[in-house]
Formats: sequence, C-alpha cells, structure tokens
Amino acid sequence: MNLAIRDIRFHRGRFILTSIGLGLLLGVVMSMGGIYRGLFADALAVLHSTKADLWVVQKDTNGPFAESSRIPEDIKYRIKSVPGVAEASPLSFQTIQIERQGKPFRFFLIGYDLRGIGGPPAILAGRNIRQKHYEMVVAKAMKMALGEKIRLGLHEYTVVGITGKVVSSSGDPAAYVSLADAQEIQFKKDNDAIRNNRERVAADLDRMQNLTQAQAQLLQRNVSDLTESTHTVNTVVARLAPGASLYEVQQRIERWNHYRAISDEGQTKILTKGMIEKARMQLGLFRIILLVISAVIISLIIYTSTLDKIRVIATLKLIGSQNRVIIGMILQQSLLMGVIAYAVGYALISLTYEKFPRRIVLEAFDLQVLFAIVVVICTVSSFVGIRKALKVEPAEALGG
Amino acid sequence: MYAIEVDNVTKIYGKGDTAVTAISHASFQVRPGELVAILGPSGSGKTTLLTAIGLINEPTHGRIIVDGVTVADDGWVPGLDLKRIRREKLGFIFQAHNLIPFLTALENVMVALEINKFPSGEAKGRAEQLLKSLNLGHRLGSYPMALSGGEAQRVAIARALANKPRVILADEPTAALDTENGKNVMALLKSLAVENHSAILVVTHDHRMVEGFDRIFEVRDGFIIRETRGAG
Repeated sequence: MNLAIRDIRFHRGRFILTSIGLGLLLGVVMSMGGIYRGLFADALAVLHSTKADLWVVQKDTNGPFAESSRIPEDIKYRIKSVPGVAEASPLSFQTIQIERQGKPFRFFLIGYDLRGIGGPPAILAGRNIRQKHYEMVVAKAMKMALGEKIRLGLHEYTVVGITGKVVSSSGDPAAYVSLADAQEIQFKKDNDAIRNNRERVAADLDRMQNLTQAQAQLLQRNVSDLTESTHTVNTVVARLAPGASLYEVQQRIERWNHYRAISDEGQTKILTKGMIEKARMQLGLFRIILLVISAVIISLIIYTSTLDKIRVIATLKLIGSQNRVIIGMILQQSLLMGVIAYAVGYALISLTYEKFPRRIVLEAFDLQVLFAIVVVICTVSSFVGIRKALKVEPAEALGG
Repeated sequence: MYAIEVDNVTKIYGKGDTAVTAISHASFQVRPGELVAILGPSGSGKTTLLTAIGLINEPTHGRIIVDGVTVADDGWVPGLDLKRIRREKLGFIFQAHNLIPFLTALENVMVALEINKFPSGEAKGRAEQLLKSLNLGHRLGSYPMALSGGEAQRVAIARALANKPRVILADEPTAALDTENGKNVMALLKSLAVENHSAILVVTHDHRMVEGFDRIFEVRDGFIIRETRGAG
C-alpha cells in the first residue's frame, strides 16, 4: 500500500491547489528560461536570416547592430572584387516608430538589394517585393494585412508579402523594403530642408571673394550632391566562394579597403555577449531566486504536512514500521508535488507562450534541466520533513 | 512460558536532584490468554510501565522478557531489533484509537500486516476477515472520521490483532468511549484473549472497566501496591 498516494487521495483538494500554486511559480521559471532563449533568438534573427559569412562595416565600429555604421553603397563593388568573395550586397537598417490606428507602431526596417542577399527569409503569404519602389514585406508579428498601406517618410508603401518571425535585437518585428526606398526613408531630407541647405551653401560660397561665379555655382552643385546623396548603407554583407579562407578575405578587406570585416561568428559574439549579456544575467538571477523560493515553499509545505502527520508517524513507528516506509511516504509526496507542479507549469507555458509580447523559446534541453532541478529541490526539501519525522518518538502515539 | 515477565523494573527520569522515579521495583508475570489490568490514577506510572513493556521506554533497571525474549536487562539488551519484536510480538491499542485518518478501516488494518511484509492480497483478505469478525463488515471502506467512537476502537483492535501478537498492550482503550461502548470493548478484549491465546495488558484509571479481568495490579506513585485476582 502506498501511504503517500493514500494521503494525497484523502487531501486531494489541498494537494492539487498547492501543486497548481507551485506550478504557476515553475511556469514563471520556465518562461524566464524561454525569454532568455528568446533574447538569443531575437538578437540573432536578422543574422541567421541573412546567412552572410562577412559583415563589412565602418572602420573601428561594431556595427551595424551594436553601433552605428555608415559606409558608401558603392563599396559593394570593391568587396565583390576581393578574391574569395562570391556575393556582396548592401543592407540598411533602421528602427521606425510611427502612429498606426492611434497607437505607437514600432518596427525594424531592412533595406536590401532586390537582386542580392539579405531579403525576407520566407514568404508566408503574398509575394516578395518585385517593384523597385513603394512595396514592402512585413513580419507576421506586425499584424498587417496584404494590400495595407502605411506612410513612411515622403511616400506610402503597400504590403505585398508576409514573412516569418524576423525581429531586431530589441525584439521589434522586421519589415523589408528595397534598398533605394530604405535609403530614401533614412536619409532623404524633405523639400524645405533641401532648399534651406542649398541656400546656406550658396551663402557660404558667396562670402568667398576669390571664387568666380562659375566656380561657386559648380562648387555649390557638388557640395549639394554630396550632402543630399542617399547612397549610404549600414553594412555590406558578403558570402564567400567555396574553399575561400575567411581569415584571408577579412584581412584583405581590412588592409586595403579600410573597413572592418566582421565574421558571422564575430557578429554573433557581439550580439550575444555584448548586447544581451546583462539581460541574460538578470534573467538568470531571477530564475535562481524563483527556484530558491520554490525550494523554500516545497520545504515549508512538506514540513507542515509532516507536522500534521506526527501522530500518524508515531503510530506507524509504534506498530513497528521501518523508517524507510516513513521516509518513502514523505519523499514520494514531495516528488509527486514537484512533478505535478512541473506539469502544471509546462501546460501553462505551452498554452500561453505565443501570446507573450516577446519571443519565448522553449528548448527541450532547458526543460529537462529544469525538471532535474525540480526533482533535486523536492528531494532536498523533503529532508526537513524527513528529519522531523525520524525524530518522532513512538511514545507520542500514546495518550489522549 | 509467560507472555510477559517483569522483574524488579525501575524507571527513573532525569538525573541527580531532578531525578523522578516513575516505576519502582515492579515485578509480575502475565500468562498467554490472560487479561490483566494496571489500574491507577493519572501520574501513577502505569503508562510508563506499559511503554517499557512495549519496548518504547527504556527501563533504568530490571529485566523484561516478552514471549521468551529478554528485551531489557538493566537497559535494552544490545543487538536486539526492537522494532521487529514490536512488529511481530506486540499489538497496541490506544486511548484515541490512533487510526490513520487518510486510510479506510480496511487499509488501517492492512497497513499493520503490510509493515510485517504480508503480500498485499493476503493482507487484504485477512484484514477483511478480522473486521467482519468484529462486526465491521459494512465499514470496510469508511474513513476513521466517518466511524463512531466504538467502531473506530474496534478497527484499532483489529489492527492490533492483525499480526496475531502474543501480547496486546492497551493504553486507556475506553477513555474516549461512553460507559456502554467502553464495557463492550473490554468484553471484546476478554474474548480475544481467550480465543487468540494472547496476553492482554490494559492500562486504565477507571475501576468500573476492569470487571471480569483475570488480575488487576493497582499502581500508586510508581509502586504496585496491590494485586487482585478477578472473577474471570
């Protein structure tokens, strides 16, 4: 006869409620783990969807995600010509916040060369961008419908396709437009600003007495062209030809082109170690605190449940029960509580994780480790109850 | 052979100035099938004597022999498995029945058998039989809280009898019962002593409950002051 099961059967209401309470706590622990994994997944989403071997960015920066990086678009031709590079494409990134349906609407805009790499990884609905202008593909998380239009900068853009879960390192869903459109949205000044700029340049040149009128006009045109140019990108990504040495290509770009070439591995390190390290530590600390709280709660529950059973334990000892029967009863109850609480927590998270505002990634390994931790916690927590039970004297069963 | 032999047993609690003598030089024997009462007021040392015989409370001096096994000789005899002896040779009945609240009447009896390594099926059959013999056949699946005081005490008696012990020790078994139920329980114990050929030692403060006992030891301040042979 299993005394633990009999006791639970008799006090099932109390046991179920306790297990549910504990399950909610373990659900939070699981979600913390999921958020932690989600941070990684989010941080690396653009990196993984681009599938580049090299990220060429402004010299002495950790761009384009961790730091700002601006390089001329035409660098792509020089990168393409480096021996060992098979493909090179410019990319532009910017976070945009506009108002949509009366609410703030924030997303991560990626501009890409329609014939190059770095575009949407998969089209779930609609189609990819075909026209050079005013079309966009949005992530599903943006909850936009095909055909919907939004105004960005000076123009309206139509949603022509829906892609999967691509987000920025801060968790904002991604939208794709052509590189030219992205550059215009990011760098193109409005007409008033352009006019003011031209007048300011002209006024500055007028003050230069040693310039002829023709020279000043020529200079003004050139300065305006330079300041109004939108042909700037944040990075040029490259894929290597089979067999090419990543290190050699990196060295060549850095030595001759004066840009920084970050490998995919290096970029991963920048994103994970640099950008989300503190969040990771904070979540890890939270998980530890919650596990300690769970351990304390389980210990208290088992201890008070043992106190409730002092007379039962004394009676069992008096009628000759072995200690292992009593230890087994307490340990099994503790473990059963932990297992049920784990199942409740798992069910809770499995049903709700897609509704969280940030990505929750539940990995089998994390869940298995947590299960093992819960088993260890339950075993250790039951020791306080077992210690109390072993101290109970059979004589306590006597008397009124 | 006696079922219980108590020879010059003394129990002292504490040491030095704070030492209290709970039992002083108690000596008696109980034969198998005999129903014996230890009668005395509260604090007289009767429960201490019972717990010493029940291998719970180590006597300071003297010798105790249970079913031919010397268990105490100026303290517990080293190397003895007291739990096993308690399991196999002794049965206990308590003042407040002490049934396990989360087990049914049947399971409360079964647990004593399973602790003594009876296979579950065999334990169930034997427990059912015992409870039916005590007119509790209709209460097998009832939890203790649903039983009357008399029914609960009969379940406790069934549990004490489950392993066919040579000695049954009862601590105020009628204290929580009304007079009629108390007398019924005592009558039941007497019949069991005869039927099972077990020695039954009952501790009580209520002299009305010892009618029909074979012998009665009166205890005062730790001393057995009188032995009375009953009508039984």
